[in-house]
Amino acid sequence: MQQIFNYIFKNSNKLLFFLLLIFSFTMIIKSHSYHRSKLISSANFVSGGVYERMNTVDEYFSLKSSNEILAKENARLKMLLMNQIDTSKPLPLDIKGYNNTNLIPSKVIHNSYKARQNYITINSGFKAGIKENMGVINEKGIVGLIENTSENYATIQSILNSQSKINAKIKKFDHIGTLQWNCKNTGFVQLYDIPRLALIHKGDTIVTGGQSDIFPENINIGTIEKIYKDNETNYWTIDVKLFNDMTNLGYVYVLKTKDYEEIKALEDKSKKDE
Amino acid sequence: MNSSSINNIARFFLLLAAQILIFNNIGLFGFLNPLVYVLFIILYPVNDNKTTLLISSFAMGLTIDYFLNSGGVHALGSIVLAYYRPALFRFCFGLSYEYQTVKINDSLTPERFLFIFLTVLLHHTIVFVMEIFSVFLILEMLYKIFLTTILTVIVNIIIIYLIKPNKR
Repeated sequence: MQQIFNYIFKNSNKLLFFLLLIFSFTMIIKSHSYHRSKLISSANFVSGGVYERMNTVDEYFSLKSSNEILAKENARLKMLLMNQIDTSKPLPLDIKGYNNTNLIPSKVIHNSYKARQNYITINSGFKAGIKENMGVINEKGIVGLIENTSENYATIQSILNSQSKINAKIKKFDHIGTLQWNCKNTGFVQLYDIPRLALIHKGDTIVTGGQSDIFPENINIGTIEKIYKDNETNYWTIDVKLFNDMTNLGYVYVLKTKDYEEIKALEDKSKKDE
Repeated sequence: MNSSSINNIARFFLLLAAQILIFNNIGLFGFLNPLVYVLFIILYPVNDNKTTLLISSFAMGLTIDYFLNSGGVHALGSIVLAYYRPALFRFCFGLSYEYQTVKINDSLTPERFLFIFLTVLLHHTIVFVMEIFSVFLILEMLYKIFLTTILTVIVNIIIIYLIKPNKR
């Protein structure tokens, strides 16, 4: 017994090192096998607060351009209001299934786009009704989906994240594929699994497909920039030029689908039955 | 609480703040960020308590991970570097490093440069290998390790000479 204690005291540094080593390895392996920032994320009181302070300084440098964007959006909304014939009807928005969806506006306080797994931090959390796996868009198009929430902050898994997979389609044809990022250029994402028989051309618009409960159908993503033949399979691989500049995000909208709870409960139930 | 430990605590928080507020936003050529917080482990006094170094570098790495959403890679790199630091000292300054009290923030001799370079290289290799974690992207990984190491070494040496105490 004495010898064991002696050994522990003698090698306390080594033991501490291995303990910490195992601890960080577990975290890394967990983060690679599942959603990366489940354990360690910037959606917490301290880092969220710091990023918010930093953002209040940063904001002053982009006041002009964000004003312009807001003015443009205002103009568009006003145009919609004025051109409305029947005022008793709700505002028609250009996205199908929108009547089912509430938008929660929120501000981006930290945006990363240099890594392979990129995350965006916003300044509203579950207090504002944001939950995991909700879609996030802005006025130009898709941004990502909510991965973690705390009381006042949330992190978004950006579409510039090698783990993100989004159901997308070509607007003209309804051919459905998967949108992923190859971690090379922040302006482009890749669309896989579009069948060869689709008659696609450069410049065609890509929108979200209707197969997910996260994004409603027909939210803008980008346009086709380049088409490759995949030699191993019978599918096209497409470079999609994003409408959004992912390096420059100000305000975003979190999509709160009204049927979300219902779909989620249903899916959980069928998972349990498996 | 002596002046050495106060120095260490101040260095810890200053480097952490500098890394998060300034150096994470540099983005040279679009993707290079110098990881200056390694300087905390480099400048930690040679003969001070090693357990404190292990724990504080783990805390440093973990905090950086929290801010970067990077799931533990910086914590791992920091503790490995903190643990193997004596071996690196022995390699760069010879066997008797403990008796001659090596000071890193002194004039830049080849040994000191080699020490800074090797520590940064070891740390960056661990961080980027763990972060990318894929055999298929090995070229991108080496490229990133190489460029970031050069950048961090340059920035670290500049910082060391900017804050060097004046001796006449």
